[in-house]
Amino acid sequence: MNPPPATAAAGEVAIRARGLTRRFGELVAVDRVDLEVPRAHVYGFLGPNGSGKSTTIRMLCGLLTPTAGEIEVLGLKIPQQAEALRLRIGYMTQRFALFEDLTVQENLEFLAAVQGVPRAATRRRIEELLAQFDFADRARQLAGTMSGGQKQRLALAGAVIHKPELLFLDEPTSAVDPESRRDFWEKLFDLADAGTTLLISTHYMDEAERCHRLAILDHGRLVADGTPAQLTGALDGRSLLVHTAQPRRAQQLLTKLTAVRSVAQIGNSLRVLCDEGGAAIEAIRAALGKAGLAAEVEPVAPNLEDVFVASTARHAQAAAQPAA
Amino acid sequence: MNWRRLFAVMLKELRQLRRDRITLVMILGIPIVQLVLFGYAINLNLRGLAAGIADQANTAASRALVMDMVASGVITPRLAATSPAELTDALRRGKISLGIVVPPDFEARRFDGREAVQVLVDGSDTVVQSAAVQLAQVPLDSRATANVAPLLRAPNQISVVSFYNPQRRSAVNIVPGLVGVILTMTMVLFTGVAIVRERERGNMELLIATPISRTELMVGKVAPYVGIGLVQTSVVLALGAWLFHVPVAGSVLDVYATAMLLILANLSLGLLISTRAQSQFQAMQMTFFVFLPSILLSGFMFPFAGMPKVAQWLAEVLPLTHFLRLIRGIMLRGAGFTELWPDALALLAFSAVMMTAAILRFHKRLD
Repeated sequence: MNPPPATAAAGEVAIRARGLTRRFGELVAVDRVDLEVPRAHVYGFLGPNGSGKSTTIRMLCGLLTPTAGEIEVLGLKIPQQAEALRLRIGYMTQRFALFEDLTVQENLEFLAAVQGVPRAATRRRIEELLAQFDFADRARQLAGTMSGGQKQRLALAGAVIHKPELLFLDEPTSAVDPESRRDFWEKLFDLADAGTTLLISTHYMDEAERCHRLAILDHGRLVADGTPAQLTGALDGRSLLVHTAQPRRAQQLLTKLTAVRSVAQIGNSLRVLCDEGGAAIEAIRAALGKAGLAAEVEPVAPNLEDVFVASTARHAQAAAQPAA
Repeated sequence: MNWRRLFAVMLKELRQLRRDRITLVMILGIPIVQLVLFGYAINLNLRGLAAGIADQANTAASRALVMDMVASGVITPRLAATSPAELTDALRRGKISLGIVVPPDFEARRFDGREAVQVLVDGSDTVVQSAAVQLAQVPLDSRATANVAPLLRAPNQISVVSFYNPQRRSAVNIVPGLVGVILTMTMVLFTGVAIVRERERGNMELLIATPISRTELMVGKVAPYVGIGLVQTSVVLALGAWLFHVPVAGSVLDVYATAMLLILANLSLGLLISTRAQSQFQAMQMTFFVFLPSILLSGFMFPFAGMPKVAQWLAEVLPLTHFLRLIRGIMLRGAGFTELWPDALALLAFSAVMMTAAILRFHKRLD
């Protein structure tokens, strides 16, 4: 993981949102989200499908009007000053949004003109992008005939053609193979190094781990945010690995314990997330011993999946007992 | 309005159009097919009717008469008969659709002013019948032959001459109108799917996140079709002149100015449909919802004056109605564009209202 670039001064904030809410009829897609994205960071939105990632991004770039809340992006009030913002941002949609019946070159020419790249600089900028994104020999290929990874690269090239200060990427790698995903992230870090702020939504844990900062969304609510190290560090001692000969039985047993938040089988082991460290480990050993299951319990370093489970489960419990 | 962005949208549309084979074929195919279909189908100037001729007089005058009839092109001789009975037989068997009887006492009848020639018509074909009725311009003869009804008669040479009257009014009326019908159909259809298509393909979310303005997007999308509409107009006019000898009495420039007005009106209507429709299929349904009344009420098919008042009011809202008045005035009566300004103004107003509505209805938002 790259460290945040030194150029990002402490107080510089690219996006600030307060109490951001969006309702679609009865459904609350985004529920009172507070957000602060520092400049020149790769900021991740992690959450399952339907958690409100896309809706939040759309509100932040002025495509959707919030039901309630305040947004300030690059010092502009959104949605009031959305038109001024559009000159300074790039937006890569979840679905491939360039024209499939235009060539790579033609798509980039169109975007250059629309995004106001100076006429004199257009040709050089397109050549630059073709080289940077490995399209030099595909400039005349129709976008619709390219592979998923190539399309994503082209979409990214199009989104940065006017060198935006801020780039929104809505699940950019959901239809891309792992190799292309790694390439794609290299490009993203190049952009961040050059001072671009990136806000990227994903449901891949490995991608979330690469972000400088992270917000975890669940059912429209922001349930946790911080650097990946902060988020996982907060769970220190609560992640355990249980090695046993009968993982299925052990899982059934452990799920019933109050101290245990979740149990997931990983190969022949069980990954257990507890409410607290220390006491829980003893309770688990005791329970397994009482059932006559030979097991070895060891603490492990928490990962983002644990963070995700811990923060979303807490929310689910809170929702289950609203009066309490 | 930023001209560079506007031209970028136009260029993009043209480039996409170039790769859209089906639309390209439709641009030229629809005018050609429609012109040929409408031009011949709704053509009262029947030509080449299979005819049987029984010239029982066989005099110089009767032969000249038959020659004249054949020379008109309305009939093609298929059968030289000796008696009327032979003609009725051929009619019944469908070998001919028209029979001409020149009686032996043709010369005497001609001098006496009595009925000199009989035209037997296959009454089962109403088109042939009505054509013959119109051509002969005489009432039906009550003494119809038993199994061939009705029996027409042409009392003398002069009334037969009415056969030859070039009945081209239908084609002359239809071709200018057809320019309007084709433009209404294709222009509304092309732009009707314009916005919806980008929404369906997912391009719209990207477009509205760019600095492009609503007006740039709307105008840029329809502008290329103005050129396409003018090409279609030229095709119909050229084919009309070539196939149906439709003349242009007024100025050609006025004809194109009129076509331009209708193109603009239809494009802006299509754009409004496109902002409204949820899918390309819906856009097509809405297009036909507009297209049918246009064909039926505008005066293209039925005379405007004969319609009920309510239908007339409705027709006044349709661009095609105004276009037909303009184009017929210019092409057939040789009127000038300026003399017909109320209809030109109506088309302009229609375009302005539709375009404004389309731009206002279109939001750079997803909600």
